[in-house]
Amino acid sequence: MIQVQNLRKEFGAKVAVDNVSFTVEKGEVLGFLGPNGAGKSTSMRMVTGYFRPTSGSIKIGGVDMLENPELAKKSIGYLPENAPLYSDMTVASFLGFCAEVRGITGAAKSKAIDRVLDLCFLHRVRNQSVDTLSKGYRHRTCFAQSIIHDPDILILDEPTDGLDPNQKHEVRQLIKNMGRNKAIIFSTHILEEVDAACSRAMIIDRGKVVADGTPESLRKLVPGCASLDEVFRSLTRSDLEK
Amino acid sequence: MKNSDLANTLAIFKREFLSYFNSPVLYVIVVIYLLASMGFTFFFGRFLDSDNASLTQTFFFWHPWIYIVLAPAVGMRLWSEEHRLGTFELLMTMPLSPWQAIVGKFVAAALVWAIGLALTFSIVITVSWLGNPDPGPMITGYVASYMYALGCLAVTSAASAYTRSQVVCFIVSVALCILLTLIGYPGIVDSVVRTLPGSLEGLVRFVSYLSFMDHFYEMTKGIFVIRDVLYFVSVIVVALIITHLGLRSKRA
Repeated sequence: MIQVQNLRKEFGAKVAVDNVSFTVEKGEVLGFLGPNGAGKSTSMRMVTGYFRPTSGSIKIGGVDMLENPELAKKSIGYLPENAPLYSDMTVASFLGFCAEVRGITGAAKSKAIDRVLDLCFLHRVRNQSVDTLSKGYRHRTCFAQSIIHDPDILILDEPTDGLDPNQKHEVRQLIKNMGRNKAIIFSTHILEEVDAACSRAMIIDRGKVVADGTPESLRKLVPGCASLDEVFRSLTRSDLEK
Repeated sequence: MKNSDLANTLAIFKREFLSYFNSPVLYVIVVIYLLASMGFTFFFGRFLDSDNASLTQTFFFWHPWIYIVLAPAVGMRLWSEEHRLGTFELLMTMPLSPWQAIVGKFVAAALVWAIGLALTFSIVITVSWLGNPDPGPMITGYVASYMYALGCLAVTSAASAYTRSQVVCFIVSVALCILLTLIGYPGIVDSVVRTLPGSLEGLVRFVSYLSFMDHFYEMTKGIFVIRDVLYFVSVIVVALIITHLGLRSKRA
């Protein structure tokens, strides 16, 4: 579903993403791991068509993102980092707007809104202004927006950020369940999430892929390291060393 | 234009237009606009003393100065707010082209001004009741006034594409609108022509021809010249292209 080849992004002289390639098939949940500033968000922003890569190619369900962005974007649902929302709208009207831009109108629109309100446990705040929501609700509202058109591909930038342990658990379950018939990429720096929700994980450091495999195989990657945590620390460099 | 293009533009337009009514800013601006346009007409324009059933010198005359401040106040949130909230990223990953969003938002702001301008209808009733005005200059006056407002709005749209701060956008837009107004102000143009060597007069005249003011006055006189309408349309098109470039630079 997602084919990314030799992706590179430069901001001035700084190389944010360097020669990253991967594919994600239907039924796969790929976890993006890496320290802050490793290039996770930048990669995702290129895959979703927000940033234009300096070089490389992105194919979404066979459609080239750079040549036909509007068609390619149709099959993607995206949750950006920090879960942006229009603060002057209610939860339902925001979701309605997102549905309309995705071409869902009339009865199908209200059905789609009800479906995602259910999935994301948002019924209680349905008519509440986005401005007055707590962080967890804001996050889930934006998450609801990303699945309103039931996309084949989901790209989630830190979907569990700012949630309480119960909500984290719910979102992980949701990702795992949806992963059965979608291609999902999500980024995180919580390593236990990889075990909980991913079928595959990639570790990125300073714009480069340093490891790619099932959580199981990653654990065996570095001799002497027993946990994913230790593998992560031995493969990536902390800010102190940079 | 395909149907889906229109549907996308409409969806953006609807959200933007309704959001104006959710914020107090719109109501404040419309009230100030009505107070200012009527206040200028009756106190500075001496509408009642002029003993002239015309709105050109008493009413429309003041509009550019009001728009210079109020149009940026309406337009400053167009893109700055999207940048600040981060919803710009969301919007640009949805299946629509930047142009659909730019046009949808601009038309929403334009319609807001149409409402504001329509609410000045009482002056038309007043002047018709007191005298026997010529409808021609009144119609072209309204067209000219609206075109001026749209020109200022388009300039604001362009400025807002480059910054996430509404304050910066407001100040830059007001400065640009003042500039575009003053370079065609007769008194200023004449004194510049007198100061500079005669060989540069052509250049000065050309620059002043690019100003909003030049075309606005032609239109309020009651001569409906397609050239002046085209001028404002091209200002809007150019400003929206600059908006597009600004948005693209944010995604580079």
